[in-house]
Amino acid sequence: MAERLDTFPRLLLEHARVRPASPAIREKDLGIWQSFTWSEVAAEVRALACGLAAQGFQRGMNLAIIGANRPRIYWAVAAAQCLGGVPVPLYQDAAAAELVFVFQNADIAYAIAEDQEQVDKLLEIMPQCPKLKHVYFDDSRGLRNYAQPELMSYASLQAIGREFDARNPEFFLAEVEKGQASDIAAMFFTSGTTGTAKGVVLTHQSLITAGRTGAEMEGLTPSEEVLAYLPPAWIGQNIFSYTQPLVVGFCVSCPESAATVMTDMREIGPTYYFAPPAVLEGLLTQVTIRMEDAGWLKRKLYHYFMGLARRVGARILDAREPVAVVDRVRYWLGDLLMYGPLRNVLGMSRVKLAYTAGEAIGPDLFVFYRAIGINLKQLYGSTETSVFVCVQPNGAVKVDTVGPPVKGVEVKVTDAGEILIRSPGLFQAYYKNPEATAEVKTNDGWFHTGDAGYLDPDGHLKIIDRAKDVGKLKDGTLFAPKYLENKLKFFPYIREAVAFGHERDMVCAFINIDFDAVGNWAERRNLAYSGYGDLAAQGAVYELVRGCVEKVNADLAADPKLAGSQIHRFLVLHKELDPDDGEITRSRKVRRRFVAERYKVPIDALYGGKRDCYVETQVKFEDGRTGTIAATLKIVDAKTFPAAAARRAA
Amino acid sequence: MQSQRKIGAPVLVVEGVSLSFGGVKALQDVSFDVRKHEVRAIIGPNGAGKSSMLNVINGVYHPQQGRITFKGETRSDMNSHEAAAMGIARTFQNIALFKGMTVLDNIMTGRNLKMRTNFLQQAIWIGPAKREELEHRRKVEEVIDFLEIQHVRKTPVGRLPYGLQKRVELARALAAEPEVLLLDEPMAGMNMEEKQDMCRFILDVNDQYGTTIALIEHDMGVVMDISDRVVVLDYGRKIADGTPDEVRGDQKVIDAYLGVAH
Repeated sequence: MAERLDTFPRLLLEHARVRPASPAIREKDLGIWQSFTWSEVAAEVRALACGLAAQGFQRGMNLAIIGANRPRIYWAVAAAQCLGGVPVPLYQDAAAAELVFVFQNADIAYAIAEDQEQVDKLLEIMPQCPKLKHVYFDDSRGLRNYAQPELMSYASLQAIGREFDARNPEFFLAEVEKGQASDIAAMFFTSGTTGTAKGVVLTHQSLITAGRTGAEMEGLTPSEEVLAYLPPAWIGQNIFSYTQPLVVGFCVSCPESAATVMTDMREIGPTYYFAPPAVLEGLLTQVTIRMEDAGWLKRKLYHYFMGLARRVGARILDAREPVAVVDRVRYWLGDLLMYGPLRNVLGMSRVKLAYTAGEAIGPDLFVFYRAIGINLKQLYGSTETSVFVCVQPNGAVKVDTVGPPVKGVEVKVTDAGEILIRSPGLFQAYYKNPEATAEVKTNDGWFHTGDAGYLDPDGHLKIIDRAKDVGKLKDGTLFAPKYLENKLKFFPYIREAVAFGHERDMVCAFINIDFDAVGNWAERRNLAYSGYGDLAAQGAVYELVRGCVEKVNADLAADPKLAGSQIHRFLVLHKELDPDDGEITRSRKVRRRFVAERYKVPIDALYGGKRDCYVETQVKFEDGRTGTIAATLKIVDAKTFPAAAARRAA
Repeated sequence: MQSQRKIGAPVLVVEGVSLSFGGVKALQDVSFDVRKHEVRAIIGPNGAGKSSMLNVINGVYHPQQGRITFKGETRSDMNSHEAAAMGIARTFQNIALFKGMTVLDNIMTGRNLKMRTNFLQQAIWIGPAKREELEHRRKVEEVIDFLEIQHVRKTPVGRLPYGLQKRVELARALAAEPEVLLLDEPMAGMNMEEKQDMCRFILDVNDQYGTTIALIEHDMGVVMDISDRVVVLDYGRKIADGTPDEVRGDQKVIDAYLGVAH
């Protein structure tokens, strides 16, 4: 039987057979966690698939799925796969205009939408996407009076399906039987940091192999708990909340709303957790804010025990290097008083395994979580590789590498320093885009990641940066922008940073303050401000940021290779970098080239030695309108340190 | 969006109401009606008698003259308990919530009139009392879901920002499943975003539950956008009554409230 479990529908039916009464997926509805067992899920998926079939959805067609983490969204993915169709999950916060390309490119005729918000977007783009004829919605709130013939509720669709199933009882299983491991299982549109979106085509085999390899390596069992809180359109979310639960048979919980994730984490107590660095940063910022509001004693305790944790915590977790008995006792006490409660607040008390993926994580941020006893590990991969390429092994985590390649993955580094990958999890092609495919995938199956890095003597992969981003200053010093930005972003007050320096004579940076953290800081100092732009422009805030930048510079000075890339000048942006404005991707990666073009004036001012500059930027509001924000930005010099002196001090 | 809610016959009729506090004449001979399923606004400059009018409908004040007809029953004044029992719920201009209690508990108090078991049964919490509480809790959770305040369910009200407190107050009023909802300046002191959210919720309540809404508001823009009909008070007298467009064009209103047009 095992060798036949090679497609997602077969895995689903197998779980419904082996563990019919175990919970497969949960959602919090009206304040109560509602569980669906594997057999219930199988029945729901069957009804949905039959409904789609009755409505004319056929093998090979694409089904757009847009919505937050809800069981019905995941069932839609499975239903499309049962029929040999291709689910195309889309970012729920994408603006209508961004969706047009996907719908046109993938000839999408059927779509499943979560609620009124998504339905409105689909109705808006319908004139430009004449092929879109069927939209099914899950939550009918606000949609009662919509009369468009294209609309139907998810429940009605399932009712049609049940009727269809009763008339054609053989149909569903026959369709599942037709499925092959080499069929396309899903398509993920990635915008990337450059250019337009590309549909990454992945087969059942690639996703399942990647999910299975990861699960075997980490020893995942059906008793794991996972909270699905990231956008379903992200490959990582699919792997952890769809692929691996189906491969292993564990339960996924969907939070009540995006705002309740922290509470839901504590209630569910996931054992397996994953988060892009931005989320981990956000959590740390919250902790820091709360600690600063805490009483004197708590603050003292926190700083003392965090200092201890940074020194010995990771070593104790790894059980690699010896730790003095007195430090062990101290750490044990710290665990009782500080780390345990802190893990509890973060909802991570039961976490056995946590991954961070999606982007490079700043070392300080990474060490923070490991120091308080959370087994956070870096995972390297991309949509094109079904995520799993390299994973840091338990007990041998090196902060600056992403670990050795996982089983079945071959990694090689070109002379130019680019990382190439060959693995069973590799994508088939970019949808309808052979040129783009040929650009990154060679005939013998090697994928060009576009990342620069090397394998260290232990066989761990070290990523330096995106190959095209790594540059050199005019004097030849290495310039790795992401490295600098991550160092800056470790400070709770800095949410985003963009460093410039390639072919320049010094490094300069844009800073985005963290509105919550700086706002809180300002309130404690009785600084009045009216909004983000006003706060960002305050002199005191500039001083605060300057302090952070100078600390980074002092750190950089200690590393002879990087001492030259200290940040000489910076400015604080008047608006947050926003995916709606195209400045960062939906997964929060800075789109450098775009930012460099859009903010040419302030960049020129940074390098032109000016004290301030006037900028006007167009912004898109959430409801799709556009407007302009104008501000005069101050430019400030930061102190830099001579390389040698800092080394002596350290 | 095409709304299909049908505005019906008058459900609440106020006829010739006059109210004075000693020598101060708060309301003088005010008459108007509120039809089923409509959003009815009462506007006017400061001290025009808006809140007094709401308090008369709600039974907090007893007018010296005039009649109020609610659901076919005519009386000279209302009594606030009766008003609540007959299906009138309200919110207050200066939030009147229990600051130390959680959002959930506050909204639960809105179910008070619907509770059938006595406090002894509830204290022991067995049988009917338990079943009843679960039923009320479910209803409250629906309201929480409707107004999107799940994330603060267990937070004490006093810790919430102002805009959210206003929303909790609306939730408590909604939990009573009222036929008529009286809102006393629901948007006062809110920023633009909070105002937009509140407008959306008011319209959703009106559309989804078919609740009749009478609201007092200062913010002219908001009123004109969401109301079906507007009554304008000035110095305790009604000076205009009609659709937002009619009222906006009325010279008396422009003079009294919006300022003289140039």
